[in-house]
Amino acid sequence: MSGIKRYLIRKTLIYTLTFFLAVTIDFIIPRMMPGDPIGVLLSRFATLPEATKYLHGYFVQAFGLNKPLWEQYLSFWNAVLHGDLGVSIYYYPKPVTEILKAAIPYDLALLFPALVASWFVGNWLGAIAGKNRKLDSYLMPVFYFLQASPYFWFAILLSYLFTFKLGWFPISGAYSYGIIPSLSWEFIKDYLYHWILPFLSLFMVQLGGWAIGMRNMIIYEVEADYIRYLEALGASERTLMKHAFKNAMLPQVTGLAIQLGLLVAGNVTVQIVFSYPGIGYVLMQGIMNQDYFLIQGAFLVIILTVLIANFTIDLLYALIDPRVRTSYTEEGG
Amino acid sequence: MSLKRTLRIALKNSKFKVGIAIVTIMAIFALLGPLTTPFDNMGYYPIKFGSTTFPKPTTPSLPPMSQDTVYGPSGVVNVTHYLGTDSFGRDIYAQLTYGMRSSFFIGIVAGGLATLLGLLIGFVAGYKGGWTDESLMILTNIMLVIPTMALLIIIAAYLPYRGTGIESLIIGLTAWPWAARAVRAQTLSLKNREFVNLARLSGLSDLRIIFDQIMPNMVSYVFMVFILQFGGSILAAVGLDFIGLGPTRGMSLGIMLQQAVLWNAVTLGYWWWAIPPGLVIAILITGLYFINTGLDEVFNPRLRRGGE
Repeated sequence: MSGIKRYLIRKTLIYTLTFFLAVTIDFIIPRMMPGDPIGVLLSRFATLPEATKYLHGYFVQAFGLNKPLWEQYLSFWNAVLHGDLGVSIYYYPKPVTEILKAAIPYDLALLFPALVASWFVGNWLGAIAGKNRKLDSYLMPVFYFLQASPYFWFAILLSYLFTFKLGWFPISGAYSYGIIPSLSWEFIKDYLYHWILPFLSLFMVQLGGWAIGMRNMIIYEVEADYIRYLEALGASERTLMKHAFKNAMLPQVTGLAIQLGLLVAGNVTVQIVFSYPGIGYVLMQGIMNQDYFLIQGAFLVIILTVLIANFTIDLLYALIDPRVRTSYTEEGG
Repeated sequence: MSLKRTLRIALKNSKFKVGIAIVTIMAIFALLGPLTTPFDNMGYYPIKFGSTTFPKPTTPSLPPMSQDTVYGPSGVVNVTHYLGTDSFGRDIYAQLTYGMRSSFFIGIVAGGLATLLGLLIGFVAGYKGGWTDESLMILTNIMLVIPTMALLIIIAAYLPYRGTGIESLIIGLTAWPWAARAVRAQTLSLKNREFVNLARLSGLSDLRIIFDQIMPNMVSYVFMVFILQFGGSILAAVGLDFIGLGPTRGMSLGIMLQQAVLWNAVTLGYWWWAIPPGLVIAILITGLYFINTGLDEVFNPRLRRGGE
């Protein structure tokens, strides 16, 4: 079997297992907790006896609490695979899937550009710092400080500076109240105007981490034997850096997996600061209002996003690092 | 490398020194800061009335360094709000210094637990190899991919009463995977060295080999892992507190930030409420990173840049 194929099979297996485990966790936790979840949920509707009657039937059916556990588990899987995540308590009677569907585009429009832009700019700045010792002594503390900042605190800082002090950008929301989402130029302009601060919060904090990683790798690589050898051969500075940069790149791709988890979590908190209507904001509403269906649904969406992104990164990795392919070929004999 | 020699080299490293200075100052602030304020951990002024104490708010929304007066049963007391007060008349400086204390607690307990777990799992996987390694690494990779924050959210959301201890436990139990991976790689590179093979030949048990032969060679590495876990745990806790899943009673830096956002501190221009809690965390963790880079350069001479 070819190396790449073995690699793919292995990765697919791990990701399937992870997804399986995540859904199981999502299933188990409300059932493990002490107390009666249905009672807690129904107490919210104490003033609406009609709704209570309907909801009680619905909840018992949805949780299937009268059935044996394995049957509950199977029906939970069945529901998840059919995209049925129940009905939200807080946004009653909206289905959770519908709420999440409306939120996801806002997340992707923040996460993807932030990840890609911070990766490129961070690596670029980090390489400069790694190469230039004088610049490094100024840049390194800045990178560290950015990396050390909680995402949402950085968001607060930006909104204090750019909204309160300078009044340049709006404080909350994804678009102005008076405007209806459409593909018009007017809406896009308004949308970008609201998008910039949440984006910058994610971008800046991420950038710090990438830059530090790249800086360390470049310093490490520049001292490596192959670079010394190239230098002895009389290769130009440009050629040296090109080779060092290429090798330093690999850990930066592996690092995407860990950073992505942090970024998704950071995204949740940043959205709360700006009342930005993505998954993070929805999740917060779920937590504040003990809307378990909403929390479950948001958890699943977050897990799925991260899994898909990680899988893509792993594929990318196999493409750029020939060692991955060969190592799996050798193992296969 | 002996400990004494390591320390001597480390103390010549400017990054290490800067980091140690920052962390020490922050630790002193967390440890002794509460003694320098008459306010309690929530920022209220405690008024003793017989055997019971009543927490009393003071004037709300005061800017830093404001003078204020508290009327108690024993007369009028003059107080200074070093960092002003929030919208509920609670002293910010007191909340900040008590919050630092609980941040340090979480860093040590959760960071320690995560380091220990990572060490154990990484060691066993790397040393045993084969089937054990395979299954432990699958578990590690799965935990690595599931975003810790999402897991924390789902666990914490269903716990009705949470304290700082529970929070540390949850964070510690979810933060170990990358440490396990790093420790495993280190163990793999160490386990086939001659001195380890020699120990194995002389019939030492696996546990003895791990603790007597491999461990001493990894102390420095483990210490660096702990520093990163320490910082990571503090950041995770602040995030959890901020989205309302922190301790259900009491105050922390994350809860301060949450309340500042919920009560529009930014739009009202109360920077002294919204900025300092995150600033002290960012500074503390920057200090930790500096220590880590400094140590990295000490243990890894290739990273040293001449003259440092």
